[in-house]
Order: sequence, then structure tokens, then C-alpha cells
Amino acid sequence: MTRTLMEGSEAIACAAIAAGCRFFAGYPMTPFTELLEQMARKLPAAGGVCINAESEIEAVGMTWGALATGARAATGGTGQGLALMQESFSEITRAELPLVVFNMARGQGDYFQATRGGGHGDYRHLVLAPCDAREAVALTQLAFDLADRWRNPVLVYGDYLLAHTAEAVEIAAESFPPLPPKEWAVDGSLGGSGRSRNLNPLGMQKGRKGIEPEPFWRRLQAKHDAMAEREPRWESDATPDAELVVVAFGTLARFARHVVRELRREGARVGLFRPITLWPFPSRALRDACAGARRVAVLEQNAGQMIDDVRLALEGRVPVIPIGGISSDSAGFGIGPLLDPDEVRTRIEGALAPHEVSR
Amino acid sequence: MKSVRETLPVKPALQLGVDHDLCPGCGEPLALRMLLEAIEELGCAQRAIGVVGIGCYTALSPLMDVDVIQALHGRAPSLATGAKRMRPDALLFTLQGDGDMVNEGLQEVLHTAARGERITCVLLNNGVFGETGGHMTATTVIGQRTKNSIEGRDAAYHGHPILIGDLLAQQAGTAYAARGSVHDAAGVARTKRLLRRAFETQLDGHGFSFVEILTMCPTGWFVGTAKGPGYLAEVLAPVHAMGELKRDGRYVSSAELRAARKT
Repeated sequence: MTRTLMEGSEAIACAAIAAGCRFFAGYPMTPFTELLEQMARKLPAAGGVCINAESEIEAVGMTWGALATGARAATGGTGQGLALMQESFSEITRAELPLVVFNMARGQGDYFQATRGGGHGDYRHLVLAPCDAREAVALTQLAFDLADRWRNPVLVYGDYLLAHTAEAVEIAAESFPPLPPKEWAVDGSLGGSGRSRNLNPLGMQKGRKGIEPEPFWRRLQAKHDAMAEREPRWESDATPDAELVVVAFGTLARFARHVVRELRREGARVGLFRPITLWPFPSRALRDACAGARRVAVLEQNAGQMIDDVRLALEGRVPVIPIGGISSDSAGFGIGPLLDPDEVRTRIEGALAPHEVSR
Repeated sequence: MKSVRETLPVKPALQLGVDHDLCPGCGEPLALRMLLEAIEELGCAQRAIGVVGIGCYTALSPLMDVDVIQALHGRAPSLATGAKRMRPDALLFTLQGDGDMVNEGLQEVLHTAARGERITCVLLNNGVFGETGGHMTATTVIGQRTKNSIEGRDAAYHGHPILIGDLLAQQAGTAYAARGSVHDAAGVARTKRLLRRAFETQLDGHGFSFVEILTMCPTGWFVGTAKGPGYLAEVLAPVHAMGELKRDGRYVSSAELRAARKT
């Protein structure tokens, strides 16, 4: 086992290439820039292509074209850049193409964007939220596998801290169960046979006039229902005696985990629940983890987004309070004062205090 | 005795049928036929990949017996870029209208040309959004009546049309650019030659290639079906002048093509 010290951006790039990613397109923007740089540096040597697109709209379009040929391909940006890609995300989901997207977000304010999306129509993306570089390496490879398995986009939610923290990671191609051949991919070979392909988000088919949206969309909905059933992932560190369960995701969950363990060593009855998939949200697992809790505290670095999913999951069984909030550095990159173990400890202690009234 | 329909080849081999939903007098099925014949004649039937934009012609894609990727409005050149980079041996083409390419997709076709992407972008230019029922596009000529330039396009109020062929031909990455039409038999035959040259340019690895085809839209022009070809010749063609705008590294402007036709 060879471990190498590298920043999260480089680790993700290495993991993507190890997973077989051979096409990447993006547009520079902090803190996504370094992922694009790393792909530009590393992909050609791996026999791939990285294009510095004229905007995020073209970046996702180029990736769409590469995916259509059966290649493993990815794009990314910050939440701002991903906002520009939403129309294509909707259509790529309907065309059932295995897109992988990296949001190196400026903080956690893109939770709604990642889990609800800003695109048109009914569509869902699997969303993976690693808490450190080691997990990012694993989840990046999982993202490519899940995208191919479901023929559906997968979004990896990172941030500045993940992109720029150097950690010791091991890059090795992980093995997954075999996938069916991509018979749907276009290569031109079936031209003139009467069986040529049409990778179409509208449900159009060769030799048939018009579209039939309803059966087409119902089939996609059934697929998304199956994804919601089978793909929730989480880390639960909530012991049955925990009176307070802290829910946190991504890099902020790492701070929460550290503080929760520290408090427990000191005798506090507190546990941690960390969704690894933001969609599908691990609702059932969260309900189980909070079965004995008196209170649930949601620690997120935004004005309150994931807390909606926590409340929906718990269906009013346990009071849910927000203990995070907007927290930013002066540049707006999401490196706020909340990203500090002492600050996180203060917030969790506040939620543990008996006089705290649930809001 | 056989009827005419049984003895004449009414459709190219790469076309899955002749039945379509477009209006009587529409030029787009003719342009599609030339496109498919050109692919077939070059022996590229088993290596062609088309990327289709959004417009009336989208309804023609089920008739195309070549692999197709359906794009969003304006986005086809980027999709074709990604596909070509992963399959350099394929013949990659886009099929776009003027609203698709010159309005919403101007930035991407321009950058694709500048990058010298080895793909062929095909523009079906009728100067209107046909699918929405005849609205002004970026190629609508001065004086042309559309549903949102009801008294005719007024340069002072609506702005000027974009001569997309000139814009693309001037990019260093563009190896071939031409403008044809399907309003008469000679135009149809010439259009196929232009398409063949563009595809040959791509196959030879010379860079970006572009063919603009002026097509009739009597519905969107509010003229009778039979008046479509005449309207194209009298209204569109004098502005969007026909000919080769770039070949062998030499750029000839639309203005020069116009002047050459007058002399």
C-alpha cells in the first residue's frame, strides 16, 4: 500500500482517472480551479482529453457528447458554475447518460441545488458528500460506478476545505461488480442498418413519429424510486443512549465527529449521524438512529437547508434544532469561523444544555 | 407497368421513410436528403454521428438512419466536440437551425470553430423560428416580417442580422465554410457538393467545417407554399449570399460574393 500526501483536488483527479474517466471539461473558478488544473495535467498522459471550455454551459455539453460515445466523462465547477449547467443536467438525466459532476462548492449553501436541482422537470441525481480526501477517493470511484449502473448523473459535493487540505491517500482502482456493455452508446456503426441509435431526452425513437413523454417519464420515475430505495448511505455514530443526535454532512461533519467523540469521552450522551448520500437522503436510518433521542441538532454551514430533510425524515417525532448557520470568510469561499472545533463544540454544548428550547 | 413512385429512388438509403410532420413547402426535408446522400456517397454510413438541435428539423431525426445524439437548443457543437474527441474516426456533424445556432448557440459554434474542432456544423437557415410559428431570429433580414417584427425588421429598433457564415469563416480554426440553398434544383445539387466538401475537410483532418443551407419556410414567412422558393431568392439570398466563404485558407466575404453575383 502506497500512501501519498496530496490535496483533495489532486486526489479526486487521480481517483477519477483510476476509475477510467477519460474526458473532462470545465471552466476555472475557486475552489474548483485546481481540480480542472489537475485533470488538464493528468488526463492526456492517461490517453484522455481535458478541455478548458468557454463556459460551464459548454463544459457540460462537451461532457454530454463524450458520455454519449460510451466514455467515462465528468465535469464540475462551483455551485455558481453548476447553476449554469442545470438545463443540461435535466436533459442528460432524461437521456440516461452516466454523468459525474464535481461541485467544489463555496461552503454548504448548495445543498438545495445538489439535492433538488434547478433544472426543469422531474429528475434526480445521486449526491455523494465525502468528509475528507480519503473518502473522496472512494466516493469518486463509486460515483463513476453508480452513474454507469443506473445510467443516471451522480454529483460529488466537495468544498474549499476538501479541495485544499493535503492528506495521505492511497490511489488504487477499486473493483466493482461487472457492468452491462454500453450497447446504447453511439459509434456510428449501426448507420444504414435500420437500428441506428438515438440518444434522446425526449423519448423519440428511430422510425417513429412524435414523442410519447408520459410513459417515458414514468419509466424514469420508477428508476429514481428504485435508486431512492437502494442507494442511501450514511455513517451513524449515535449510540442507543444518545439524548442528542447531531446531523452533519461533508467536511463540517468531520469537525462534528471529532467534537462528539470528545464530549462522549467526557460522559455526554451525544451521537452523530452523517448522511453520505444527500440524495437519496438516508431517512429510515436517521429515524432509527434517533429512536431514543430527545433532541436532534443539525449542523450545516448555510441558512438551513438539510434541516428540511431531517425534519421530513423524523416526521415530528423528535424536536429538531439548527445549530449551524451562514459562516464565510471575507472572499465568500466558505472558509468561515464555524469550521473550528471549539466553535462546533460550543454549538453542540448549547444543544445539550437542558435549558435550550427547541425552535 | 410500374408507377413513378416505385421506380425512382424516393429516399436515400440512410433515410428510414418519407413520412414527416413538417409543413408543405418546407425546405428542411430536402436539406436532410442532401445531407444523408452526401454521407452515403462518401462511404461514411457506418461512421457518421449526428447531433441534432431543437427546431422543426428535430422531428426529422427519427428518419435519419445514422446514430444521433439529441442536444439542447444551441448546444450541439459542444456535444459534437466531446463525441469527436472520444471518437476521432467518426464523421461528426450537427444539424441546427438559425434560432438554435445563431441566437442561443452563437457562443459555442464560434468557439468550436476557433478551436478548429474537426466536426461539420450544418445550419438550416430560414430566417425565422419556424417551430414557434414565425418569430424573428438573429438571421432575419432587414424588412422581413415576422410575428415579433410585424412591420418588418427595423435595424434601429430590432438590430441587424448576423451573417454567421462570415463570422465562422474568419476564425483561424475554420477550414471550410459555404452557403447554399434548396430553393431550386441547381441549389439542391450544389448544396450536396458543399456538404461533401465540408465532410471531406473533416475526414482529411483540416479543422472546422461549416455549411449553411437556406431553406424555405412559407408558414413562417406568411406566404403561399408555392411562393417559398421565390421569397427565399428575393428576400433572404440577397443578404445571406450563396457561395464558398472559406476554402483552402482563403476567406471570401458575403459582400464579395454579393458583388460577384451582380457583375
